Amino acid sequence: MAVIVVFAPLIAAAIAGFFGRLIGDRGAQLVTCGAMILSAVLAVILFVDVAILGNDRPTLSLFTWIDAGDLVVDWALRLDTLSVVMMATVSVCSAAIHVYSVGYMSHDPSIPRFQSYLSFFTFFMLMLVTSDNFVQLFFGWEGVGLCSYLLIGFWYDRPSANAASIKAFIVNRVGDFGFALGIFAVYMMFGSLQFDAVFNEAPNAAKETLEFLGIEWDALTIACILLFIGAMGKSAQLPLHTWLPDAMEGPTPVSALIHAATMVTAGVFMVCRLSPIFEYAPDALAVVVLVGATTALFAATVGVTQTDIKRVIAYSTCSQLGYMFFAAGVSAYGAAMFHLMTHAFFKALLFLGSGSVIHAMSGEQDMRKMGGLWRLIPITYGLMWIGSLALAGIPIFAGYYSKDMILESAWAAHSGVGQYAFWLGIFAAFLTAFYSWRLLFLTFHGEPRADHETMHHVHESPKVMLIPLYVLAFGAVFAGMAGYHYFVGEGRAEFWRQSLLVLPENDAIEHAHHGLPFFVPLLPFVVAIAGIAVAYLCYMARPGLPAEIAGRFRGLYQFLLNKWYFDELYDRIFVRSAFRLGYGFWKGGDGAIIDGLGPDGLAAATVGAARRASRLQTGYIYHYAFAIVVGVVVFVTWYLLRSAG
Amino acid sequence: MPSFPLPPLSPALPEIFLAAASMALLLFGVFRGERAAREASWLAALALVVAVVLVLGGGGPRQLALYGMFVTDAFAVFMKVLVLLGGIFAIVMSIRWNEQARIARFEFPVLVLLATTGMMMMVSAADLISLYIGLELQSLSLYVLAGFKRDTVRSAEAGLKYFVLGALASGMMLYGCSMVYGFAGATDFATLAATLSGGETLAIGPLVGIVFVVVGLAFKVSAVPFHMWTPDVYEGAPTPVTAFFSVAPKVAAIALFLRVMIEPFGGYVADWRQVIWLISVASMVLGSVAAINQSNFKRLMAYSSIGHIGYALIGLAAGSKEGVESVLIYMAIYVFMNVGTFAVILLMRRNGEDVEAIDDLQGLAQTHPALALSLAIFMFAMAGIPPLSGFFGKLYVFMAAINAELYVLAVIGVVTSVVGAYYYIRIVKLMYFDAPKPAFDRPFGAEMSAVLAVTAVVTLFFFIAPSVVVDSAAAAAASLFPG
Repeated sequence: MAVIVVFAPLIAAAIAGFFGRLIGDRGAQLVTCGAMILSAVLAVILFVDVAILGNDRPTLSLFTWIDAGDLVVDWALRLDTLSVVMMATVSVCSAAIHVYSVGYMSHDPSIPRFQSYLSFFTFFMLMLVTSDNFVQLFFGWEGVGLCSYLLIGFWYDRPSANAASIKAFIVNRVGDFGFALGIFAVYMMFGSLQFDAVFNEAPNAAKETLEFLGIEWDALTIACILLFIGAMGKSAQLPLHTWLPDAMEGPTPVSALIHAATMVTAGVFMVCRLSPIFEYAPDALAVVVLVGATTALFAATVGVTQTDIKRVIAYSTCSQLGYMFFAAGVSAYGAAMFHLMTHAFFKALLFLGSGSVIHAMSGEQDMRKMGGLWRLIPITYGLMWIGSLALAGIPIFAGYYSKDMILESAWAAHSGVGQYAFWLGIFAAFLTAFYSWRLLFLTFHGEPRADHETMHHVHESPKVMLIPLYVLAFGAVFAGMAGYHYFVGEGRAEFWRQSLLVLPENDAIEHAHHGLPFFVPLLPFVVAIAGIAVAYLCYMARPGLPAEIAGRFRGLYQFLLNKWYFDELYDRIFVRSAFRLGYGFWKGGDGAIIDGLGPDGLAAATVGAARRASRLQTGYIYHYAFAIVVGVVVFVTWYLLRSAG
Repeated sequence: MPSFPLPPLSPALPEIFLAAASMALLLFGVFRGERAAREASWLAALALVVAVVLVLGGGGPRQLALYGMFVTDAFAVFMKVLVLLGGIFAIVMSIRWNEQARIARFEFPVLVLLATTGMMMMVSAADLISLYIGLELQSLSLYVLAGFKRDTVRSAEAGLKYFVLGALASGMMLYGCSMVYGFAGATDFATLAATLSGGETLAIGPLVGIVFVVVGLAFKVSAVPFHMWTPDVYEGAPTPVTAFFSVAPKVAAIALFLRVMIEPFGGYVADWRQVIWLISVASMVLGSVAAINQSNFKRLMAYSSIGHIGYALIGLAAGSKEGVESVLIYMAIYVFMNVGTFAVILLMRRNGEDVEAIDDLQGLAQTHPALALSLAIFMFAMAGIPPLSGFFGKLYVFMAAINAELYVLAVIGVVTSVVGAYYYIRIVKLMYFDAPKPAFDRPFGAEMSAVLAVTAVVTLFFFIAPSVVVDSAAAAAASLFPG
C-alpha cells in the first residue's frame, strides 16, 4: 500500500511527462489527478491505521542502493507515525492542488508538463518523508529542490521567473552544503547512515568532540547545526529566506503546494525526524529556537508592508515556519508537527484562494489595484476568511490549537531562549492578524481600484477550483480540533510512539499542560483580536491612516518595505563579488590563460606554422636541393659528433 | 671462356612477364598508332592482373635467385600485390581522364608497366646493385610520367623538378652504397648483415654510408626534409599520374626501406633509429601543419601523403617484427584510402575543365550525394576516426611504438593526427554544410564508379575482417626476421 502511495505519483509523472503529447491535456490531467487521489486515499488509510489505531508497520525495504565497504544504503519506506502524518498531509494537499490546477492552468499551453512536474514533486516529497536513512532523505531533499526549481521557472519565457528559480536553487545550495556536511559528520561519528543505527548510538555520542574549521566542537552540536543549516535553506529561515518570496513567480498552485504546504516544511520535518539526535545537542536546539523565533517576527514585520497578495502570504509562510522551528527547538516536536499539518491546510487554502482572486482579476496580483471584490466572488471571499481566521489563531479554527500550543510550550520551556521565542511569537501573532485582515480588507472591501475592464470580467472560479478549496477549508476548520488530542494532547504518547524522542526534562508540552499563568493561553487570542481591530481601523475606518503612519515613520517603513534590505545586502556582498570573481575567472582564467594557451593559442600557432611551412615551398629547385643537402649534413654531423663524443 | 649457367628464373617470373608484356605493348602501340591508347590501357591492366596471379602463385618459402641479387618471400609477395593493385587502379582511372585531357597515348600504360616492374625489382632486391637498378628503372619511368602532359608548363616543370632532385637523391644513395661497400666489402644483403654484425655500435664509416642510403630512400618516400619536390610534382603532374605516384612508388620505396634497414643493417636498430625517428616526427608535423593552408586538393594530398609516410615510419623506427607488420598494414590501408580519394579528384571536372580547388567541393552532398559520401569515408579514414580502416592503421603503428618504448614518438603521432584531422574533416564540412556549387560533369564512367565502390567498401568495412590483411602482414613481417 505504501509503495502505491509513493510510486503512483512517479508513474503518473512519467506518463504525463513523456507521453503528454500523446494523451493530450485532458489525459495528462486525468492520469495525474487520478494517481494523486488514489495516493491520497491510501495515505489517509495508512495514517488511520498506523497513527490512530496504533498498528506498527515494519520499515519496507525495497532494494539495496549502495553497498560499498561499510556504507550500505537501502531504498526503504519507513512507516512510523511521523512518516504517515507527513504522507497524509502531503498527498491530501497535493491531490487537492492537482485538481485545482486543472481549472487554474486551463489556459496554459503546456498543461502536461505542469501536471507532470507536480506529480514528480509529490513523489520526491513522499520519498523524503518515508526515508529510512540520510542518503534517501538527501535524495528526496534534492529532488524536491529540483522540482521547485522547475516549477518556479515554469513560465520560462519570463526573465523574472528564471531569475527567481535560479535564486531559489542557489540559496538552497548554501543550505544543502551544510546539510551534506552534516551527513558527513554523522557518518564520521556513527559509521552508518541508517536512522535506527544512528539514533541508538546518539546518547553515547553526546560528549564526543569533532574538529571543524580547526576548532574542537561538541560533535553532536556541530552535526546538528550543520543539518539545521540545510533545514534553514529549505524552510526559508533567516538568513536563507530570500528565495521564498521570489518563488511566488511560479504559478499559484505551485506556491500553494511547494512553497506553503509541503516542501518548505521539509526542514521542520527533518528536525523532528532527527529529534533523537537533536535532543542530545541542547546548544543546537537553542540555535533552532533563536533562528525560528527571529524569522517568525522578521517575516511578519515584512508581511505588513507588502502589496503583492502572494508575497504577503509568502512572508506569512516564512513566519509560520519560524513558529514551527522554535517549537521544535523547545523540544515540542509534536506541536511543531501539529502546526505543520494545520498550516498545510490553511496556508494552501489561502494561496489557492488568492489564486482564485488572481484568476478572477485576470492575473492582477497587486492589492492596491483590487478592492470591493466580495460581492463578485463571495465563495472565495468566504474561504479566504476561513483561512485567515485559522492563520490568526482564532478559537475553533485549526491555527488556534497548534499556534497556542507552540507559544505555551515556548513559555513552558522555562529557558531564556524560550522566553525570547514566546514574546517574539506573541508580537508576530499580532502582526499576523494585522496583515491577514489588511489583505482581506484591501482585496475585498472598499472601492474597486481596478479599471472597469478588469472589474467587468471578475467572476467566481469554476467548480473544479472550488471543490479542492472546500476540502482544504474543511481541514482548516477542523484539523485543529480533531488533531489536538493526538498530536499534543493526552494521546500524544500513543500517537507518536517511537517516532519522536523527547527527553523527560525537555518535555515542554508536558509542562505546558500544567500550571501556566492565566495570561499565557489568553494572550495569543487577545493580540490576534487586537491585530484585526487595528487592521479594521487602518483600512476600513480611517483609510488615510496607513499612509500617515508610513509618512511619519518613513525610515522604518522603507526598512520593512525593502525586507530589511536582505536582498540588497546579499547582492552587495555575495552576488556582486561572486559575479566579479566569476567574470575574472572567465576573462582572465578561461579566456586568457586556458583559451589563450590552449585551444585558441594552439590553433593560432598551428595556423601560423602552416603559413610558415607553406612559405618554405618556394618553388625554386635549388632551395629544395639545398634542403636535401642540409638534411644530409645534419644527420651526418649528428653521427660524427656522437661517435666523437 | 667461362660458362655461365642460366640461373633459376622462376622466382622472378612476374617481373620477367611484366617486362616482356611492356615490350609487347610497346610494339602493339606502335603498330596501332595513336588510337591504341584505350586498348593498350586495358591490356596493361590485364597484364598487371596476371602479374598479381603470378606473384601469388610464386609465394612460398624464401628463395634467392639471380646469383643472390633477387629474393622472393612473403614480404615481397605482400608488397608486390600492393604495388600491382596501385598500378591497376592508376591505369583504370587514367583512361577516361587522359582522353578528356587529350593525352591519351599508349605510352602511358607502357610507362606505368615499366615503372611497376622497377618497383617489383625494388621490393625483391637482395643486393645493393639490384636495389639501385630497380630504383632507377622506376624513377626514370616516373620522371617521364610526371612530365607526360608536356604541353603544359606545370607538368613539364614537375617532371623536370622531379628529375633533377631525383638524380641528386640517387647520387647520394649511390654514394652511400659505395661507402657501405668500401667498409663491408660486399653488396649483397646477407653478407652485409654478417659482416656488419659484431661490436656494440657501428663504426662511423658504414654509418655515414647508411645515412646516405637512408637519404636516398627518404627522398623516394618523400619524408621530411627530403620532401620538397612532392607538393610541386603532385600538383603539376597529370592527376592519374599523381594518383599513381601517391600509391605504388610509396609502397615500393617503403618496402625497400624496410628491407634495407632490417636485413643488412638490422643489427643496428639503435643507431639508425635516431634518423628514422627524426624524419618520422618531421614528416608527421609538416604533413599535418602545412596541409592546413592548402587550397589545392592535390597539393593537400601531397602533404597528406607526407604525413602518412611519417606514421608508417613510426613502425620502422620501432624496428621490431611488430613494427614492420604495422607498417605493412598501414600501407595496405593507405593504398585504398588514397586511391579512393584520387578517384574523387579525377572526377572533379566542371564544363570540361579540371577543377582542383578544395572549395570546389562545397555542397557536394547535394549535387553528388554518393560521391560526397565516399569522399567523407576516405577523409574520416585518413583522419583516423574509428571504425574506419585508417584508425586501425594508426592504432597498429602506435601500439608498435609503445611496445618498442618509443613513447614520445607515439605521443607526437597522436597529437599531429589531431591537427591533421582538422583539414580532413574540414573537407567533409565543405561538402555537407556549405552552399552547393554547380554540379560536376557526368557521366563518371562505370570503371570509376567501380574503383570508388571498391575502395570505399574496403575502407568502411575493414574492421569486419581485418584478419585478411593482418594475418598476411604478420607472415610477411616474419619473413624479414629469420629465426
